[in-house]
Amino acid sequence: MGERSVGLSLAKIDALPLALGSAAFTADIAPRGALVLRFRYSEQAHAEIRSIDASAALALPGVAAVFHHGNCPETLYTTAGQGHPEPSPYDYRLFDRRVRYVGDRVCMVAAESAEIADRALELIEIETEPLPALFDPESATEPGAPRLHPDEAHAVIPADYDPEHNVAARVEISIGDTAAGMEEADFVVTQRYTTHQAAHAALEPHVVACSLDARGRLTIVSATQVPFHARRITSRVLGIPLHRIRVIKPRIGGGFGAKQEVLLEPYAALATLRTGRSTVCELSRAETFVSTRTRHPMRVDLRTGVKNDGSITALEMDALMDTGAYGSHALTVLSNAGAKVLPLFNRIANLSFTGCSVYTNHPVGGAYRGYGATQGYFAFNQHIDTIARRLGVDVVEYCKQWHIREGETSPVFEALGEGKEGVSQTVESCALGECIDRGAAAIGWGEKRDRRTVVDGWVHGVGMAICMQGSGIPRIDMGGATMKLNEDGSFNLAVGATDLGTGSDTILVQIAAEALKVPPGKIEILSSDTDLTPFDVGAYASSTTYISGGAVLSCATQMATRMRAVGAAALGCPEKELVHEAERFRNGRTDEVISFEGIGYRTLYATAQEQLQTSASHTSDVSPPPFLAQFAEVAVDPETGDIRVVHFASAVDCGTAINPRLAEGQVEGAALNGISWALAEQFLFSAGGRLTNARYGRYGMFTAADAPPMTTMLVASHEPTGPYGAKSVAEIAINGPAPAIANAIYDAVGVRLVDLPLTPERIYRAIRAAGQP
Amino acid sequence: MTGNLTVNGAPLLIDFDPEETLLDALRSAGFTEVKRGCEQGECGACLVLLDDLLVNSCQVFAATAVGGRVTTTAGLTGEPGVPHPIHEAYAATGAVQCGFCTPGMVMATFALLSGNPDPSDDEIREALAGNLCRCTGYVKIVEAVHLAAGRMRDDG
Repeated sequence: MGERSVGLSLAKIDALPLALGSAAFTADIAPRGALVLRFRYSEQAHAEIRSIDASAALALPGVAAVFHHGNCPETLYTTAGQGHPEPSPYDYRLFDRRVRYVGDRVCMVAAESAEIADRALELIEIETEPLPALFDPESATEPGAPRLHPDEAHAVIPADYDPEHNVAARVEISIGDTAAGMEEADFVVTQRYTTHQAAHAALEPHVVACSLDARGRLTIVSATQVPFHARRITSRVLGIPLHRIRVIKPRIGGGFGAKQEVLLEPYAALATLRTGRSTVCELSRAETFVSTRTRHPMRVDLRTGVKNDGSITALEMDALMDTGAYGSHALTVLSNAGAKVLPLFNRIANLSFTGCSVYTNHPVGGAYRGYGATQGYFAFNQHIDTIARRLGVDVVEYCKQWHIREGETSPVFEALGEGKEGVSQTVESCALGECIDRGAAAIGWGEKRDRRTVVDGWVHGVGMAICMQGSGIPRIDMGGATMKLNEDGSFNLAVGATDLGTGSDTILVQIAAEALKVPPGKIEILSSDTDLTPFDVGAYASSTTYISGGAVLSCATQMATRMRAVGAAALGCPEKELVHEAERFRNGRTDEVISFEGIGYRTLYATAQEQLQTSASHTSDVSPPPFLAQFAEVAVDPETGDIRVVHFASAVDCGTAINPRLAEGQVEGAALNGISWALAEQFLFSAGGRLTNARYGRYGMFTAADAPPMTTMLVASHEPTGPYGAKSVAEIAINGPAPAIANAIYDAVGVRLVDLPLTPERIYRAIRAAGQP
Repeated sequence: MTGNLTVNGAPLLIDFDPEETLLDALRSAGFTEVKRGCEQGECGACLVLLDDLLVNSCQVFAATAVGGRVTTTAGLTGEPGVPHPIHEAYAATGAVQCGFCTPGMVMATFALLSGNPDPSDDEIREALAGNLCRCTGYVKIVEAVHLAAGRMRDDG
């Protein structure tokens, strides 16, 4: 031990304490005696608030304050926890005079207990005037459609933002000449696909606790993926200096993008400032479903011109995204539906991507693992399956022939980024071909495709999907790390990177331990605290291993260099004579050694005293894509439309897996989330726009008993720009399940389901419509 | 109202409202290892043993537990901070990602293995069907239960 850390499946450093139930989460450590914050929500999908009378509530003993549009800052902002300036429009206020969905926030009570707060909320008299509601995204931009946002809502980056027509974002790129490309084609395939809204359903509901420290500064403990963005946004919304706010991220009970949203911090901060008391706000499960953020539903039209030799001469992709009541991530999720999908088949010379995000009176979209790529790949992979069948070729071979390879690029990288132009890049690591082969072997593709084997009346079929994602946002994402040496030869590593359960603390320790040649146990990591750790954009866009890992590698490498200089001075030899071995330097000529402990004591207590510490930041000009092939075997009962996933296989190229077991865990969790979403999870609304299944038991999320057997394979490649060859892996595996399962259903029963979710009712109807069996 | 119960082997006097759940009473008394995930008995994060019966503590009144014995994940070995083979198996296999569901998963695992020392995959999946996890896809959780079962059998 001490020689190698990277590539070992170490236990996550916090796993055992978490299993024992350590008080690690925000609600576990919230200050005793804090005021409890509770919200009242709109019962109407769209209404103007005429008046709010809180006098009866304020008269209730135990009520400290009531907050509403009449007594709170009116700053327009976005809850999207993105970098500055945010690509999401400023269309949101703490409390607005207008409510825009059933579940929008109307007012908030701070009280001595949740029970008192809830009673107080009921005592608040609210008069509203209902407005016509808009639920159909297709008609959102039509003349006469109800308008959701006033002129003062605005974008803060150069963007096509048009609230007058309910347009939260528009994207348009064109490469080559698609009309001419369609002319060249032997046949054209046109199809519309739709993907549905979804809940992140992290087990820990959104929660924040806020208090004043001894000097009157705000300390916000928050279950957030973005502590630094939360600090910046809270500062701006409330008009208080950024340095007067400290945000601490303890352990987080899952995020998946939902906690990339600054949903609670400004409210708790305001309540603490106004009452002088500590406050805590812990959402209920129903609130988490309705009033946080969701996966944006999307309609994707794909039109491709294909020659009989299989080449695609033109591809047109048009996306309509329902961003709900507010435009959180409205531009960037939309962009990603093209940007993360279209480079995959990089030899299409004529391409266009057009997209529009529209406001409706639905619950609000936001960042969700996969981030638009999930929606785009549902369409793309079914389309490719259709094309391969039309050509009469095996889709496995077709994908292997046309996917992007090492040393290649795509014009889409440069034309389309996240909300703006992208960055040109060449793919330097890609093992997708091997991923496809191994996934196909695992599922038994050769024996099962086009066989329609019937077992006990259930027809079996297999389908596949391939995907790429990215590793951070190039030239935008940044991670920082600092490190210091202690006298026992151990190190403190402080990172802004935000471990939300992924194990990033563990793999960042592994990277540092590898560079320093010390056992991982000698490195104590701290993440994240805006007072104590350097900046990091946070945990999103599959950025942590690649971007934050790059910062840690650089920081640890610098530390080794600094320690070498001290070691050389101590041994009285040139630095170049020292050999870096496990926890020591050895003079290669004399075999004299100095241990890291010796260096630590020397620097702190003896000669040339100095705290050895290093600091590094990391950004990237490129975003190396991880690649993935996923395969599903399904069984369909043609009499009822019932469906089971019999086996699901994922083969992923994430470069070097810093910790293979944790990387597998990312793939497995994302894959099952994708499977569960494809088959069962959905939001059901009443005619008035109320979510009627806002609880786990009715939402459809899979349990262990529902989950199919899954096979996960890590296929090695080496990414030269990544730390020890690593790319990121957190999101990609959520993209393939829906199209792989849809393609498998087609293989089994010959019906093409283009609308999610893939429910037995839909399968049954499609089979009947096709006139079989 | 007040009442006495035993939590993890130690007596506890609790002061509670008639409608207060065992979950709230335990968390208020500092047993924050019992997690609040849904308060509807649907996620399993708040599972505890009440007199050897596995219960969602959000679905039990505190009053019901008076006079009873409660065991949480922190009390499985009877020694504070000392892990049980189930805890170690969860950590070793990567079954803990965010860790929020884990205290409940551990309790469901303990209840299963108490009655069935060598469960099959299907038996494990059925026994854990009242516990939701969004992080792991349950693969390594099932693996952890097998590993824990093996170690507990070896330990007799």
